[in-house]
Amino acid sequence: MREEVVEATVRALRKAETSLPDWVMKQIEAAAERETNPVARLHLQFMLENARLAEAEGLPLCQDTGLLIFRVEQGRDLRLDFDLGEALAEGVRRATRDIPLRPNAVEPSTRRNSGDNTGPGIPDIIRETVEGDGLRLTVFPKGAGSENMSLVGMLNPADDPIDFIVRTVAERAANACPPLFLGIGLGGTFDLAARLAKRALFSLPGTSETELMLLKRINALGIGPMGLGGETTALGVRIESAFCHTASLPVALNFQCWAHRSATEVIR
Amino acid sequence: MTEHRLRTPLSMEDVKRLRAGDVVFISGHIYTARDKAHALMRARGSPVPLEGAVLYHCGPLIRGDEVLSAGPTTSGRMARYTEEILRLGVRAIMGKGGLPGEPFLGRAVYLAYPGGCGAAAAQQLRLRSVRLQELGMAEALWEFEAENLGPMIVAVDSHGGDLYRDVRRSVQNRLAL
Repeated sequence: MREEVVEATVRALRKAETSLPDWVMKQIEAAAERETNPVARLHLQFMLENARLAEAEGLPLCQDTGLLIFRVEQGRDLRLDFDLGEALAEGVRRATRDIPLRPNAVEPSTRRNSGDNTGPGIPDIIRETVEGDGLRLTVFPKGAGSENMSLVGMLNPADDPIDFIVRTVAERAANACPPLFLGIGLGGTFDLAARLAKRALFSLPGTSETELMLLKRINALGIGPMGLGGETTALGVRIESAFCHTASLPVALNFQCWAHRSATEVIR
Repeated sequence: MTEHRLRTPLSMEDVKRLRAGDVVFISGHIYTARDKAHALMRARGSPVPLEGAVLYHCGPLIRGDEVLSAGPTTSGRMARYTEEILRLGVRAIMGKGGLPGEPFLGRAVYLAYPGGCGAAAAQQLRLRSVRLQELGMAEALWEFEAENLGPMIVAVDSHGGDLYRDVRRSVQNRLAL
């Protein structure tokens, strides 16, 4: 089964790096229709053209093929007789060579590049236990432009988290390759808020009243595609929350660029 | 939108014709440089002549001599080097996200290539040579031959025009409402 996992990892990576999910394409198409700003329209149309070209040619749509993040949903009745993390890393090494991917993973102090997109802690694997005996792998290549703008705010419980989110987006969105997808972690602890924000990106787009209100307020800022102006600053907002200490209000924003890449493989 | 088709090396007249908001396509030699190449150029000088050059903030994906994906990286990380890079004669910096406009006054432009569009950019580029290859694929200084590379938006012009600044001001006003 290990070999199946390795091969599924390569397939998921190839799909994620060379095409965008249909719903993401539809969001960008709808935005391109709505936009009246000519610079913004030109950007959105070129982004669509780029994604279609990448899919047709089997080329990574962005040269930043990302650090690789996996969501693994493992059935509680499935027993694995091999190291899943090691199998995913092997899939990443093969994909780096075969697709190919740009080697992005470096040791943080020496900046030495491993050359194969793996290293201690990378790929990042977020594991969940679900019903059944299946294994579902989803890969999210995460580019640095958007990740670099992300942050955790330890707010005073008297602060308004919505206001904090809108102001943070106003300040940081231009460098995060907008139009954005925004994962928000509300509550928890310092590190849990960040993890919730990352996980929020797994279940975009949000459709709750608060998520839609935030989307509207962000798009009213006028930052536009790539920070050059326009009414399309975000395409989706998702909030994941957890209880927090009565004296705390952690709020994390995980920025994601317009190219919200992901692909899933199911192994039975 | 006014459209310009330019060939490198760029002259001062080319630069002066460009206004913030114009669309530009570039043909001819361009060089990539990002974090590590900039740091090395500060320490040892540029390994290539930069008079009239177009410098692209880009860490491409290359296989053999094929350019597979080559969109722009965030220029802000290289902001600390703008002054000395422009002093070497660079007349256009390409990237995404923008740079502070002041160093460009009277001598250069900042061109925004649509971020994330690496596959499309690769179709407009051919590999000519590589310097500083010891820095690795993303950080090396690549020399490309560009064929109608674009569309790019003149985001900062040489006359004080700056789309990012205009957008930031407008965002601040909208926030204050």
